[in-house]
Amino acid sequence: MSNHAPVTDWVHDFDHTDPRWTENPYAIWEELRAASPVVHTERFLGCYLPTTFEAVKQIAYDTEHFSSRRVVVRDVRPDVIPSPPITSDPPEHKPAKQLLLPLFTPDAVKKLEPKVRAICNELIDGFIEEGGCDVAARYSKHIPVRAIAHMLGIPEMDSDRFIKWIHEILELGIKDQSILMMAVQEMSIYFAGHIEHRKKHPTSDLISTLMNARDKDGQPLPDAHVQGSLRLLLIAGIDTTWSAIGSALWHLAKTPGDRERLIAEPELMPTAIEEFLRAFAPVTMAREVMKETEIGGCPIKPGNMVLLSFPAANRDPTVFPDADKVVIDRKQNPHAAFGLGIHRCVGSNLARMEMTVAIEEWLKRIPDFRLDPAGKVAWSEGTVRGPRQLPILFEKAR
Amino acid sequence: MSGKLRIRVDQDKCQGHARCKSLAPELFELDTYGNAHEVGDGSVPEALTDKAWLAQSNCPEIAIEVIEE
Repeated sequence: MSNHAPVTDWVHDFDHTDPRWTENPYAIWEELRAASPVVHTERFLGCYLPTTFEAVKQIAYDTEHFSSRRVVVRDVRPDVIPSPPITSDPPEHKPAKQLLLPLFTPDAVKKLEPKVRAICNELIDGFIEEGGCDVAARYSKHIPVRAIAHMLGIPEMDSDRFIKWIHEILELGIKDQSILMMAVQEMSIYFAGHIEHRKKHPTSDLISTLMNARDKDGQPLPDAHVQGSLRLLLIAGIDTTWSAIGSALWHLAKTPGDRERLIAEPELMPTAIEEFLRAFAPVTMAREVMKETEIGGCPIKPGNMVLLSFPAANRDPTVFPDADKVVIDRKQNPHAAFGLGIHRCVGSNLARMEMTVAIEEWLKRIPDFRLDPAGKVAWSEGTVRGPRQLPILFEKAR
Repeated sequence: MSGKLRIRVDQDKCQGHARCKSLAPELFELDTYGNAHEVGDGSVPEALTDKAWLAQSNCPEIAIEVIEE
C-alpha cells in the first residue's frame, strides 16, 4: 500500500486522494479551472483532469479516443474487471445497457417507493428518541443498500458485507490492488451461490431477470456477463445514493432557511433534489486514453487515465451562475451528476426516488435539526464523495 | 415569441435523463428504455409554453429542440 506525498502544486501534480481534496475539493477545482480546461498529474501512472463542463462533456461523448474499460483511477492498472455496461464501449455497450434500462424507468422504480418509505421510517424509529444521531451511519447509509438488495433479491441483512466490499473496491482498492481483487472475488463467490440457487428455484427478482435475458441471437448471457452486471448494480447503487442523501441532509442541517422553505413549499422538492445533485454530485468516473487527441487545446496522450469529474463540471460558473451557491429553486439546471452521453447512470431514476423519499420522510419526522458542534463531519475519499460521518442534533420526538 | 411552438426530441442525443418528463409530463413520454419522445406531433399548447422552454433548458444532453412556427 502506498502513501501519497502531499500535493504542493495542484495544477501539475493533483491528487484526488489528498486529504485536502477529500475535505473540500471546490476551491481546488476553481484553481485548476482557472489554470486550464485540462490539467495533468504524473500520479496514478499518468492522469488528466478536465476542469470545465465543456471538456468533461467532450470526453464523455468521445468513445473513440476514451475507453470506459477502466472506470476508477487507481495507483496501478489492474486487469480489466468487466462490469457491463459501465465498462463497455460501443458496440457492446448498447445491448448490455438495454437489458437493464427497462428495470430502472421512472415507472419501474415507482413500484419500490412504498418499500423505501418504510425503510426510512424504520430507520428513523431507531434513533428519534435519542435527540441526535450520526446521519451517515444510522440513516443515509442503509437506504440504498436495502433497496437494491430488495431489487436484486438478496438478503437485506447482508448489507454490512456489501458496504464492506464497496469500501474495499472504491476506496482502499485505489491504493492496494490486493484488497480490490479480494473483494471482487468474494463478491463473485457470493453471487455464484445466488445464481446456482435460482437455476433450481427461479425467482422474479433482478438476478433471475438477468439470468433469463437473451441476446439478439436468442442466447442466454454468459455467467461472466451476469456476474459483471450484478457487480455493477450492487456497487453503483449503494454508496453513490448514500452520499447524495447524506450531502443533502448535511446542507439542510446547516441551512435553516432552505429547510424551512422546503417544508413550507413541498412542491419545490424536485427542483431542490436536482440542485443537491448538481452541487454535491457524488460520482467521479474515469476513462482510459486509447488514441492521441486534443481537448480544449490540450494534447491528450494514450496510456494515461482521465479523472472524469462530473462534480467539477457541475461547479463550472460559465454554465451554472453562482455555481458554488446552493439555490434550491434554480430554474435552469442541466447538471451532469448522472453523467453525460451513452453512459448516463442506469439507476438515475432510482437514485432520485430514494433521495426524494429519504428527504421527505426525514423532514416530516425531524423538521428541525442542526450539525452537532461537538462532532466532526468526515467525507469519503476518492471516486464517490459524501459524508461518512455526519453527527447532528434535534429535538427528541414529542 | 408570438408564433406556435413545436418540440422535438433528438433520438440520437437523448440518453434518458428524464428531466423533461419530470418538468413537463404533458409534453413528453418515455419509451420502454426510458428515453423521451414528444407527445403526439410535438405541438405545444399555449398554456404549456413555459414548460416547453423549461424542459429544453434542463436537458443535460441538449436533445430537445423547440421550434417557433
